[in-house]
Amino acid sequence: MKHVVTINKANLKQSVVKGGCGKCQASCQSACKTSCTVANQKCENSDR
Amino acid sequence: MIHKYKLGGMNIVLDVNSGGVHVVDELTYDLLDNVEPPFEDECPGAVVEKLERNYKKEDILSCYEEIKDLYRDKILFSPDEYEKFAKFATPSPIKAMCLLVAMDCNMRCTYCFAGQGDYCQGRKLMSFETGKKALDFLLINSGNRENLEVDFFGGEPLMNWNVVKQLVEYGRSKEEQFHKKFRFTVTTNGTLLTEDKMDFINREMSNVVLSIDGRKDVNDRMRLCANGKGSYDVIMDRYKQIVDKRGHKDYYVRGTYTRYNLDFAQDVMHLVDNGFKEVSVEPVVTDPSHDYALTERDIPKIFSEYENLAEMILQRNREGKHFNFFHFMLDLNQGPCAIKRLRGCGCGNEYVAVTPDAEIYPCHQFVGMKEYLMGNVDTGEFDQRMKKQFAGAHIYSKTDCKTCWARFYCSGGCNANNYEYMGDILTAHKISCEIEKKRLECAIMIQAAEAMEGRNEDYGPRPQMIR
Repeated sequence: MKHVVTINKANLKQSVVKGGCGKCQASCQSACKTSCTVANQKCENSDR
Repeated sequence: MIHKYKLGGMNIVLDVNSGGVHVVDELTYDLLDNVEPPFEDECPGAVVEKLERNYKKEDILSCYEEIKDLYRDKILFSPDEYEKFAKFATPSPIKAMCLLVAMDCNMRCTYCFAGQGDYCQGRKLMSFETGKKALDFLLINSGNRENLEVDFFGGEPLMNWNVVKQLVEYGRSKEEQFHKKFRFTVTTNGTLLTEDKMDFINREMSNVVLSIDGRKDVNDRMRLCANGKGSYDVIMDRYKQIVDKRGHKDYYVRGTYTRYNLDFAQDVMHLVDNGFKEVSVEPVVTDPSHDYALTERDIPKIFSEYENLAEMILQRNREGKHFNFFHFMLDLNQGPCAIKRLRGCGCGNEYVAVTPDAEIYPCHQFVGMKEYLMGNVDTGEFDQRMKKQFAGAHIYSKTDCKTCWARFYCSGGCNANNYEYMGDILTAHKISCEIEKKRLECAIMIQAAEAMEGRNEDYGPRPQMIR
């Protein structure tokens, strides 16, 4: 491509295939306690 | 849907529904203002004519072909195919608990959302018996979830240290029988940390959150001990010690910024320069009538401060001095799945808070709001209807979120903030949203810069546009 560089795998759609297992951390428990960002949590599904 | 913006000297395009992040040249950036699906075979003549003032025709045509290719690959203007999963947003097992072992605090922080520790409920410590019942409630209601998170919170949890130790021991004694693993964490103001407490915490707690706002004058203005003096001198060395002792792993030094320190990037860097590598500094949550509250007029300054911070992080990375800022952490390849992203923190559904009176609330921020009292671990009462209401609080049931580009990153925001400011868990709080979106733009920019500068091997070899 001359004009565009895609920097990541853009795999959000594929993530639903084995998604929703619930093994990941509750988003508010790690540090924030007052404001929520979910995308900075780790996926803990080893089977993903 | 796409979201495009300029930051860090780059033109960044996020394809919202695939999660694709593209760094594009000026021509593509401008062309994307003029074209959208359904795409014709050739770039519309009117668009070519309009852009020909600044670009060569052959470049416009080749750029259009690239946009069509990305669209065909479903990484640009890709459709939102996730709403069907929201229909399955039914109540889930409870996997996380905020245990308010002390609704009491030895500090008198001006901005405390918890009424200086007692949540305006009267100062109380949790008994071991109540704590046990809370852990039993979690064990019984956690279904097939193996990892159970319990955060010892307050007030100041170290004021009830013996109960913390007893509860850790009790929880561990139940792990094998129930096939569960407790992940205990603690959030502390640090004033009561002693060496033996540090050793226990470092042995038993999978994460520790250490409260400090940054520079001494900033910290000591808001974080006051009961004697009226600031806490900085009491806690700084203790924090260094506990972090050293746990090998600089699994902790956060965590601060709050207010209108008094809109130059909060300096506070982040102060903490980093004191040797901490895991830092979170967050906007104050408070009644807008307070003079330290953040208001809309502060937003431009807050935005530029996040941009400053992002630049400082990139500079440190270039120097090999990496550190983590909680709200800029983003894994663009292996982050949480789309299903997790529909529903955010899970409060009132997967996550609850329990008080010394055995009362259950959707999370620590709802404590004391009787309209959100969910149940009681002593009597076993639990409001399944309210749980269902929280289970249904997802990005498609929140009007403003449904059409927001940031919906798969913040996942609908903080329900408690929404209720506190807007009177409804489903109505987004504008200032919180604006701040969150800015943080995400910065976080994505950092990842894009890391990829373009070839520093992050997750993104493969250094990518280049062929000019």
